[in-house]
Amino acid sequence: MLIARVIGELVATQKHPSHEGRKILVVQPLNLDGSDRGDAVLALDAVDAGVGDRVLLATDGWAASSAVGRPATPIDMAVIGFIDQIEILPGVS
Amino acid sequence: MLLGRVIGCVWATAKNPSLEGRRFLLVQPLTPELKNTGKRLVCTDSTGAGAGELVYWVRGREASMPFLPQAVPADATIVGIVDEIHVNRSGPC
Amino acid sequence: MILARVVGTVVATRKDPRLEGKKLLILKPVSPEGKDEAGYVVAVDSVGAGYRERVLAVSGSSARMAEGCKDTPVDTAIVGIVDDVRLD
Repeated sequence: MLIARVIGELVATQKHPSHEGRKILVVQPLNLDGSDRGDAVLALDAVDAGVGDRVLLATDGWAASSAVGRPATPIDMAVIGFIDQIEILPGVS
Repeated sequence: MLLGRVIGCVWATAKNPSLEGRRFLLVQPLTPELKNTGKRLVCTDSTGAGAGELVYWVRGREASMPFLPQAVPADATIVGIVDEIHVNRSGPC
Repeated sequence: MILARVVGTVVATRKDPRLEGKKLLILKPVSPEGKDEAGYVVAVDSVGAGYRERVLAVSGSSARMAEGCKDTPVDTAIVGIVDDVRLD
C-alpha cells in the first residue's frame, strides 16, 4: 500500500460494468516527506473518500478489486482507508 | 488505473489465437493535467474507444479480466472512456 | 521478497473492515548491506515487528498467504524479522 492524496474525480459513462456505481478518484501517491511520488493515478473508491483526503492506496489488483467488492474485475488500484496519523522515525525520508 | 489518449491502432494478423478479434490501440499515458508521461504502449480494448479519445486503462493481470471467461494474454486494457476529469491539487488537507 | 526496515506507522481508523486490528507499518527497502534504498511501502505486520527492525516483506498476491492476511486487501506483508544477512 502507498500513502496518497485524493486530488480529483473522473467521470466516464462508457466503462467496464465493474466500475459502475463507484467513484473514480484521481489520486497522487506521496513520498514520506509529503512530496509527490511519480504521476497521479486513477483508483476506485472503497471508502467514500473525497478531494483533499489523505488515504491508503492499494496497488495490487486482487487487493483493489476485492476491497471494492468486485473481485476478478479489471481494477488495479483502490482507495481502501483514510489515514488519520503517520509517525516516522526522525531522519527518514 | 491510468489515463491515456488513443493515438493509433495496431494490426497484427499472426497472433495468439486467444487474441483473435481483439483491437489493439496505441496509447500515450497522460497525467491528470493531460501531459504526456512515460512510453507509448499497446492496449487491448474493452470499450470501443477510438482515435484521439481520452481513456483510462488498467495494467497487469487485471487487464485480462474484461475478457473472462476467455483467457486473454493482455497486460494493458482500456476499460473506460473519459467524459470529464476534475483535478484540484490545492484542495483541503 | 524484499529486505526492509521499519521506519514508521500509519493510523487509519476508517478503512476496509478486513484490515481492522491489523498493524500498518511504513517500510523503507534496504540493500543486503543495510543501506536505505529509494521509496517506501505501507505493509501489514504479521510477525510483531517494531521500529528499526530489519524485516522480510512480500508483495502482491503472495502477501495474502501470510498469517492473518488471507482474503484481506493486503498487497505487502511483513513475514519475517531478519536476524542476519550474510553476503558471500
